[in-house]
Amino acid sequence: MAGFALSLAKPESQRSSTSSLIYDPKVRGIFYQILTVALVALFVWTVTQNTIHNLEKANIASGFGFLEGRAGFDIAQTLVPYSSDSTYGRALLVGLLNTLQVAFFGIITASIIGFVVGIARLSKNWLIARLAQVYVEIFRNIPPLLVILFWYKGVIAVLPQARDSIALPLASYLNNRGLFFPKALWGNGAWMVGVALVVAIVASIVIFRWARARQARTGQQFRSGWTAIGLIIGLPALTFLALGSPISFDYPVAGRFNLTGGSTVGPEFISLFLALSFYTASFIAEIVRGGIMAVAKGQTEAASALGLRPGVTTRLVIIPQAMRIIIPPLTSQFLNLTKNSSLAVAVGFADVVAVGGTMLNQTGQAVEIVALWLVIYLSLSVTTAMFMNWFNAKMALVER
Amino acid sequence: MKKTILSAAIGAAVLGAASAASAATLADVKAKGVVTCGVSQGIPGFSNPNDKGDWSGIDVDYCRGIAAAVFGDPTKAKFVALSSKDRFPALQSGEVDVLTRNTTWTISRDTSLGFNFRTVNYYDGQGFMVKKSLNVKSALELSGAAVCVQQGTTTELNLADYFKANNLQYNPVVFEKEADATSAYDAGRCDVYTTDQSGLYAIRLKMKNPDENMVLPEVISKEPLGPAVRQGDDQWFDVVSWVHYAMVNAEELGITSKNVDEMKASGGPDIKRMLGSEEGTKIGTDLGLTNDWAYNIIKNVGNYGEVFARNLGPETPIKIERGLNALWNKGGLQYAPPIR
Repeated sequence: MAGFALSLAKPESQRSSTSSLIYDPKVRGIFYQILTVALVALFVWTVTQNTIHNLEKANIASGFGFLEGRAGFDIAQTLVPYSSDSTYGRALLVGLLNTLQVAFFGIITASIIGFVVGIARLSKNWLIARLAQVYVEIFRNIPPLLVILFWYKGVIAVLPQARDSIALPLASYLNNRGLFFPKALWGNGAWMVGVALVVAIVASIVIFRWARARQARTGQQFRSGWTAIGLIIGLPALTFLALGSPISFDYPVAGRFNLTGGSTVGPEFISLFLALSFYTASFIAEIVRGGIMAVAKGQTEAASALGLRPGVTTRLVIIPQAMRIIIPPLTSQFLNLTKNSSLAVAVGFADVVAVGGTMLNQTGQAVEIVALWLVIYLSLSVTTAMFMNWFNAKMALVER
Repeated sequence: MKKTILSAAIGAAVLGAASAASAATLADVKAKGVVTCGVSQGIPGFSNPNDKGDWSGIDVDYCRGIAAAVFGDPTKAKFVALSSKDRFPALQSGEVDVLTRNTTWTISRDTSLGFNFRTVNYYDGQGFMVKKSLNVKSALELSGAAVCVQQGTTTELNLADYFKANNLQYNPVVFEKEADATSAYDAGRCDVYTTDQSGLYAIRLKMKNPDENMVLPEVISKEPLGPAVRQGDDQWFDVVSWVHYAMVNAEELGITSKNVDEMKASGGPDIKRMLGSEEGTKIGTDLGLTNDWAYNIIKNVGNYGEVFARNLGPETPIKIERGLNALWNKGGLQYAPPIR
């Protein structure tokens, strides 16, 4: 062993000339890396200087000071208080929250539809499997912009006018101006209901842990799922009744032009949300199908040999293994959905791109606003990816 | 400064083309052999392509006038259709040489955006269009209405100001493209469509049933529409401005595309001076053009009155009276400095 090490070290000590340094792969590697970094830095520097020079030459004001200025335009759907007297920065925040809202609900709905359709594609029922296949093939082969326009111009625009609104249950109405439903006005002590809900959720988690530990110890099962549902629904409901139902409703009523009062979800949001959900769900369905099919058939057979019922097999054997394969591509789909929400501009939904576009035109700060867009979408994507990586690590098979 | 560097580095791609737009636009245009004008995506009477892709309208004729002045040939004009959002970056970056696109002259566009305005080829004002069936007689009755509007326009800002000043509620529905905004109004998504009044008359014709729509009497803003050029190029700014002034002066002097040849030969001294037939004149060359620049504009495009009548006047489907756009000596605002 010692002799072998010596024979390796010997020629190395002889390499002292510069020519041998050139042929050293390690030195070469470092040299090329330094060269690449220098070239990239030079490129960035040149582009920056060129832009600054051109901005100055064109007498265009620059910097982010404009964000403090009065916006002067109105936005229809806002999650935070906003008026034309608010600042440009606030307007951008409104747009960002609208983007987050549509992405959040879109991701949840797309995941649900995607999982259902993905599992349906593997169904032994011929009709269900074919229907799921048709769904997937239709939606993943149409550009998302067309899906949005389909919902906006093909479905929602042909709903009746405000005066002939479709009446829905719970005093809600649907017309081509959107969905109108009663707004809940919470009375005194209503916060107790929220507290009750939080308590119920915490209690459910404790029960789940306890039930799992007991099953591991004694083998006895506990219906923790039903208990949790009972707690989460029952406890807030009881609190609500005990407080004497502290709630009243603001109902939508017919005004001169449209229904007024209550809450409204505009057709822009509805069409964008539905389109993104249905579009992305077709990809998620394929990912789910692929993940499930990638689990070896032997796993199912082994589970059934151990006496597990098919439902339990799917839940405890197939899905956990499939999730390892599903989650990484699922992350990409979530990112795609978030980024595709920028197509909102086609239907006039006030997302961050639409609001930024208005700001760009009113202030002329093209470079700054494009930079803000890039930073916003980059942060959204990185945050989503980090969350999904954490989830992936948690779901990964623990190798023993 | 640090912020500037950051933004500049990230957004450099946007302005990458700016390096191509040097200060000497006139020389660039002559070298290219064509003048590139930014126009709208289709507003009848102002700039509108027909089914063959040929453009027409008062803004298009302005651009042809510039081409005629520079090259003696009105066909050496290239049109780039721009949304209201894209128009300013397109001019800033040098993608277009001049913006002849019903753009309102405001102080912030004149200063912080880095543009120059001088001539107004159409005096406009913002109005409202509603469905007749709503039985609305005045804009003050519009509280609670949904209003379709085009994104990033002065229209959007005036709308907010007007409703705020009059304590009215409204629900803005904002679209990037004019066509999307008008079709949403036509489909009943909005009760009201708002833009410059001239635009309302033009757009009314595009509706499924034009007669079911009416323009309300209120004019809520001043909208002087005119061409914009980049700051820092006085020569090009002069050329663009004087094309309009030549057309207005021609109308005032009674020079039309039909009689321009005989006027050039036998007109009075002011006519001859303008058309370049005066002995030893240097007016055209001082402008960086040839001395028959004004003759070429009038011969090929016509005077301001002809251009207006051809694109917007009572003979056209749009049927707009001269109103504010009549000559100054006929009760309007169109006034051109003398050519001498």
